[in-house]
Amino acid sequence: MSEHIVSVRTYIVIFLALLALTFVTTEIAFVDLGPLNIVVALVIALCKAALVVLFFMHVRWSRPIVWLNVLAGLMWLVILLGLILTDFLSRDWIAPPRGF
Amino acid sequence: MSGDTQVMGPREEPRTNYLNAGYTLQSWLLTTDHKRIALLYLITITLFFMVGGIFALLIRLELLTPQGDLVTADTYNRLFTMHGLIMIFFFLIPSIPAVLGNFLVPIMIGARDLAFPRINLLSWYVFVLGGIIALSAAVAGGVDTGWTFYTPYSSTYSGSHVVLMAIGVFITGFSSILTGLNFIVTIHTMRAPGMTWFRLPLFIWAHYATSIIMILGTPVIAITIVLVALERVLRLGIFDPALGGDPILFQHLFWFYSHPAVYIMILPSMGVISELVTCFSRKRIFGYNFIAYSSLAIAVLGFLVWGHHMFVSGQSIFAGMVFSVLSFLVAIPSAVKVFNWTATLYKGSIELSAPMLYAFGFIGLFTIGGLTGLFLATLATDVHVTDTYFVVAHFHYIMVGGALMAYLGGMHFWWPKITGRLYPELWARLAAVLVFIGFNLTFFPQFILGYLGMPRRYFAYPEEFQALNVFSTAGAAVLGLGYLLPLAYLLWSLKYGARAGSNPWDAKGLEWEIASPPTTFNFETTPVVTEDAYDYPGEEVAVV
Amino acid sequence: MSDHPSTLAHHFDDLEQQRAASSLGMWLFLVTEIMFFGGLFCGYTVYRWMYPGAFAASSHELDIWLGAFNTAVLLGSSLTMALGVYSAQMGRRKALIAFLLLTMLLGSVFLGIKYVEYGHKFHEHLVPGAHFEFAGPFEREAQIFFSFYFAMTGMHALHMVIGLGLLTALVVMALRGSFSREYYTPVDMIGLYWHFVDIVWIFLFPLLYLIDRHK
Repeated sequence: MSEHIVSVRTYIVIFLALLALTFVTTEIAFVDLGPLNIVVALVIALCKAALVVLFFMHVRWSRPIVWLNVLAGLMWLVILLGLILTDFLSRDWIAPPRGF
Repeated sequence: MSGDTQVMGPREEPRTNYLNAGYTLQSWLLTTDHKRIALLYLITITLFFMVGGIFALLIRLELLTPQGDLVTADTYNRLFTMHGLIMIFFFLIPSIPAVLGNFLVPIMIGARDLAFPRINLLSWYVFVLGGIIALSAAVAGGVDTGWTFYTPYSSTYSGSHVVLMAIGVFITGFSSILTGLNFIVTIHTMRAPGMTWFRLPLFIWAHYATSIIMILGTPVIAITIVLVALERVLRLGIFDPALGGDPILFQHLFWFYSHPAVYIMILPSMGVISELVTCFSRKRIFGYNFIAYSSLAIAVLGFLVWGHHMFVSGQSIFAGMVFSVLSFLVAIPSAVKVFNWTATLYKGSIELSAPMLYAFGFIGLFTIGGLTGLFLATLATDVHVTDTYFVVAHFHYIMVGGALMAYLGGMHFWWPKITGRLYPELWARLAAVLVFIGFNLTFFPQFILGYLGMPRRYFAYPEEFQALNVFSTAGAAVLGLGYLLPLAYLLWSLKYGARAGSNPWDAKGLEWEIASPPTTFNFETTPVVTEDAYDYPGEEVAVV
Repeated sequence: MSDHPSTLAHHFDDLEQQRAASSLGMWLFLVTEIMFFGGLFCGYTVYRWMYPGAFAASSHELDIWLGAFNTAVLLGSSLTMALGVYSAQMGRRKALIAFLLLTMLLGSVFLGIKYVEYGHKFHEHLVPGAHFEFAGPFEREAQIFFSFYFAMTGMHALHMVIGLGLLTALVVMALRGSFSREYYTPVDMIGLYWHFVDIVWIFLFPLLYLIDRHK
């Protein structure tokens, strides 16, 4: 936790950025980018989340243990999603042995 | 005040300690003292162990004969389900952390209590609430899905009390989370001056690693249980193939927690064994750093292997291969520990006290259990032995031959500290031997049965398997006796046991420098730590 | 400041240790929440991959403008919460209470709009269960989408309600004068919780409301 006091101006700037990103993600949903639509949507969501984490939650000025917490949480989410999707996406790659 | 276990302490009036600091029910039920909370947990989990044990007894009685003649098939399903659920969620997972961990973690690091004493008490109440609900489900008729709750049977077709049981397990999960959270914060923020990370007892490293798993894994099974309950109540179709759902997704989410859960059950045991082996070899532990890092490695790698429970479920072959390789990897840090304990024993001055007998039992039986895990981690052999008694034997070797023996060893080792009384050593050694013999008689035949093809969760089996089943049931009787003995003499010792000094084992560690039993706030002044852990005078071996 | 301030619990050595413990404790709790919601996001991901058409068609039934507006409302509540923490850090009691109440107001607006949306879904027979109806070829799979829609937004809403309860407790404590420049830890910690709940919605909005909107 930081003793660092963030200025009101910073908070308001970040908030406006968050609003802008929300506007962008909503509008860009109506543009056909093919498979990139989901990528763009997630990237924007990640940026918004990062702004909230870094500035509103003060992680930018926090001790390393807080960073470790955030990164661990993210990494474990990746493990959960990653390995589960590995199963579903690779079903066709190797045929089961005969008689299995 | 050191001395051997035969010293009879003077029969003086005990000074104020955490046990006699208040005699009212309120002082116990509203306590925030981590030591009292540990005892509250001890009473509760012992009760659950007995309930789980009764289910086991009924299972083994049914399996004396090849026919299903003691109970109906449906009842049998409920017996093995309830045995698994109670033993895993209400005994094994809390056991060492909630009893020994709660008692010892603050003391071992030189703190007056855990970081959040009221949350500690809350964790016990949450545990009790979850337990009451689970027992209600049992009394109402139980659950017949297997402890693994596979869908769509559990979410759609089972007529048993799935939702009630699910609620009980869900609530108990929070007890686990709160305990883990408390331990991590305490170990990070409340170590005494001089107690650097690498001077911590390995018991602490073990509980730290366990807590990481509790924090990261438990929430996933929580949400999975919620989804199953919602599906059951609202007919949602999340895991039901008839409604477009995927039962394999359930298995992924379930095992994402339930595999690391087995590491929640074994890591604290390994912490106990490190303490026992070093004390009763009178030697510094070999490879302290390796044991510490291996605990963390198990915690992390343990999250990457869950698919080895799903090799024949329909999971992709490629994913199966990935999980198989990772499962081999996770065996390595466990093996590192076994090698290090063995190296600690080498040229040590070994004392075959009761705790040490349990430790020896652990090392041998855990190794067998672990090695048989490799059979199961290998795709080809797993196809043959999955869902047979081979698996049953494997996990009982680790959980009963391993975790439970470590729990008993730890309870004996720290009993003088917790209660201020010495237990009768001869009876304790007898009980340890009985447990070891009974255990092997019960579970070794099951490896053979499984390899020969006897499936698990069946109440009837082909005639040719009867002899081994009879051995197994006989062993269970011996094992049961072995468990009843400590219950008897430990309770006896509370009133009639010799009073213990502060260090009856002449062991190293902050807990042995304070009185037995400790005062409410553990230390009169905050200790300053200047030595490494396990500073025993035994023969110097290269410390890695 | 006294040797042993009244806000210091007896088992801690000093306020700094207590603050560090509270902070780490809250962050660990948030990690459990990440994994809790993570399970839901995981299920969602698998089924979206399996049934892209059904998920897109279902997503179109959600009101994108209510969703976007709600997102803005929640982001605003994060701003007011952050300003509340700021006020506490500056020792401004009245400002703190005002920002806490504003946060609660915005949170309630969010929940009100969700209530309206749920009402719509009920009338359109889009609540999974016996009365679920979905025109077109995707009825079975659309029910899965809506199961996740209700499970995820419902779990999120539950966390918001709990958040409102926590904020109420903060307001009461602030009115009693429990906070000062030196001690405002509960405000800080509950702020972290509130921001986390906001972050969950930041992901829920595009994943639920914005699937294939260009079609």
